[in-house]
Amino acid sequence: MASLGIDVLFKGTNLLRLLQGLWVSIEISLISVVLSILLGLIVGVLMTINNKFLKAILKLYLETVRIMPQMVLLFIVYFGTTRVFGWDMSAESSAIFVFTFWGTAEMGDLVRGSIKSIPTIQFESAMALGMDKIQTYIYIILPQTVRRLIPLSINLITRMIKTTSLVMMIGIVEVLKVAQQIIEANRNSSPNAAFGVFLVVFLLYFIVCWPISRLATYLEKRWA
Amino acid sequence: MDKDILIEYLPLYKDALFLTMKIGWQGILLAFVIGLVGSAILYFKVRVVKNILGVYIEVFRNTPLLVQLFFIYFALPKVGVQISAEACGVLGLGLLGGAYMIETFRSGVEAIPIIQSESAASLGMSHFQILWHVILPQAISISVPGILANVIFLLKETSVFSTISLMDLMFTAKDLIGMYAKTIECLFLLVVFYLIMLLPISIIGAVVERRMRYGQFGD
Repeated sequence: MASLGIDVLFKGTNLLRLLQGLWVSIEISLISVVLSILLGLIVGVLMTINNKFLKAILKLYLETVRIMPQMVLLFIVYFGTTRVFGWDMSAESSAIFVFTFWGTAEMGDLVRGSIKSIPTIQFESAMALGMDKIQTYIYIILPQTVRRLIPLSINLITRMIKTTSLVMMIGIVEVLKVAQQIIEANRNSSPNAAFGVFLVVFLLYFIVCWPISRLATYLEKRWA
Repeated sequence: MDKDILIEYLPLYKDALFLTMKIGWQGILLAFVIGLVGSAILYFKVRVVKNILGVYIEVFRNTPLLVQLFFIYFALPKVGVQISAEACGVLGLGLLGGAYMIETFRSGVEAIPIIQSESAASLGMSHFQILWHVILPQAISISVPGILANVIFLLKETSVFSTISLMDLMFTAKDLIGMYAKTIECLFLLVVFYLIMLLPISIIGAVVERRMRYGQFGD
């Protein structure tokens, strides 16, 4: 295996750099996931309100996010808005903005689905007890939806981590970029390094995402 | 926005759209075949193959397409497997999609009451006949919304093909922005062309899903 580039990773700080690169994508996804979950809860509740105007806007928002590849959204924010409005936006903040924009819509739809799946009798009983709308949501509906939501939001985390690999395209130095740099730097000493290094990147993503998605499946089965 | 520039760039985007569609649909077809074969293997519980399939599903569902493509395109040639960029795109998309399709088909199969296969067995049908004539037709119609969702997801994922230097929509847009800096026009055309590709399928998906819901009502 020596000629396949695993040895390159143990040269100098290469492995550490690779892991730091991985951390960059994980950090971006974690920040986006936390923001998405918070905003998604609000958007999801708004989606259940019977208001034609509000519904149309939220539907448009959801469909836009569903239909446009995340990479296109990244390009629009990073190259487009900076051009039109002339502001200066770092690649990291554009990435967080786009992934939060995307995640909020996905999360909002999950929240809407969970709220809709709660029987009407819960709302009616709460009303019969004299609770107002806000009280009903805080004490009756949200606690029940949260339980259904937790596995789904954990799934959103893995999707987010997988999608953040795209940030390489707007010049953020994350794990794939670091991998390319390592391969380039060792082009002469070990020309086959691409195999070992990309294999390790492949495994790193799997090691990060797999336990999280297993946890989601486990919780889904247990709490179903 | 400059109208002349839009018209000038239009043919470039048109070619890119054709390439994206070509690779996209070939990949989706491959994914569909993998899904059918894979779910049949899981249905028959073929011993060792079933476990290998399980590993394949977990690996490809838990890694990004970008990393899979990089591995197929840049790493495999180092151990003697040389594939053209186009074939690599089809293969990557097919393998990723296959892992999702198997899951979709399987949940379709699981949704069919056990009495269906028991009745078929009591009529003297073989295992394969039961799968082909009884289970699959029902399973596929149950999983149609899921399949369409996968198709949309896979067509969106084609946007990463630009990283292995396939001249798809994303590549064209990035290239033109880099060369002439007409950012707004390029991004506008990019959005329009992705809409041309994805909007019809998304609408079909919504209609089919509503139909399916009505279809279940009478049951």
